[in-house]
Amino acid sequence: MARIIVVTSGKGGVGKTTTSASISTGLAKRGHKTVVIDFDVGLRNLDLIMNCERRVVYDFVNVIQGEASLNQALIKDKRVETLYILPASQTREKEALTREGVEKVINELSQTFDYIVCDSPAGIEHGAQMALYYADEAIVVTNPEVSSVRDSDRILGILQSKSRRAEMGQDPVKEHLLLTRYNPDRVDRGEMLSVKDVEEILAIPLLGVIPESQVVLNASNQGLPVILEENSDAGQAYDDAVARLLGEDREHRFMTAQKKGFFSRMFKGG
Amino acid sequence: MSFLDYFRSKKNNTASVAKERLQIIVAHERGQRDMPDYLPQLQQELLDVIRKYVQISDDMVQVDVDRNESCSVLELNVTLPEK
Repeated sequence: MARIIVVTSGKGGVGKTTTSASISTGLAKRGHKTVVIDFDVGLRNLDLIMNCERRVVYDFVNVIQGEASLNQALIKDKRVETLYILPASQTREKEALTREGVEKVINELSQTFDYIVCDSPAGIEHGAQMALYYADEAIVVTNPEVSSVRDSDRILGILQSKSRRAEMGQDPVKEHLLLTRYNPDRVDRGEMLSVKDVEEILAIPLLGVIPESQVVLNASNQGLPVILEENSDAGQAYDDAVARLLGEDREHRFMTAQKKGFFSRMFKGG
Repeated sequence: MSFLDYFRSKKNNTASVAKERLQIIVAHERGQRDMPDYLPQLQQELLDVIRKYVQISDDMVQVDVDRNESCSVLELNVTLPEK
């Protein structure tokens, strides 16, 4: 039986796809057979971030509607041995994702994969609800910013009432907070919510903090999951998050501002 | 923190404003989360019925649902104006 992990947020542009790409790559790199599914029907982008956009032939909706088999639609990653991508449809209506159809595909994947990572679309509509419905765990991607935190709380409410686990009265979906685009300098200056602030408001366990970093854009430009930039702060922060997801105990990093010299502190504003 | 920061932080601490606003709105929205969808309409209709007999303002009728394991209790609180 595969473990099903949804990457969700409510708000758009906070880093769901970046996170899905890196978390799934990290799990696969550790030898777990992993598939990452793009649920954003009509606005497919995971393929670009994973650098397989020109290898898409069939998609998730084709499989649901029986026009292709799973094996035809799954794209094998070229960098990591045990990683597969199931792209979203770019042309269909998002209602093409039916609960029965999604269940069929997830059940079939469950038989051969260890981890199924579901990359949710933004919003709280049908597509987002389909992405989280079958989840065992949820990574709630949040920016330290008011609208993102509020939307994350909203999505937590939906996880607690509209997931399969909630509807069936099973153990609740295991929630993880992943704080992205974190800037410790601005936190020190009182311009940005701190990790502690966001943890206090959302009251769910912290999986990791990804620092705001230029590496993230540089990696996505090239279709490289940022976790593979092993020398970068953001890449290492994602690697820590994957380790914690697998139960490892790792200390949190990249949460404090870099120490600066006396002159830059005086004249460039800490 | 440098001594320049000391002067800046007082008027620029927008993070604490953000936190305070979030705590209030999130608490409010969590309170509404468990309520049934029909509650606002029920409240409006109750108000209309009561207004046939007594003049009351919107905030004088409070409707809450208390959920226990085995049953839910609809709690209706109407404040009548003094004569």
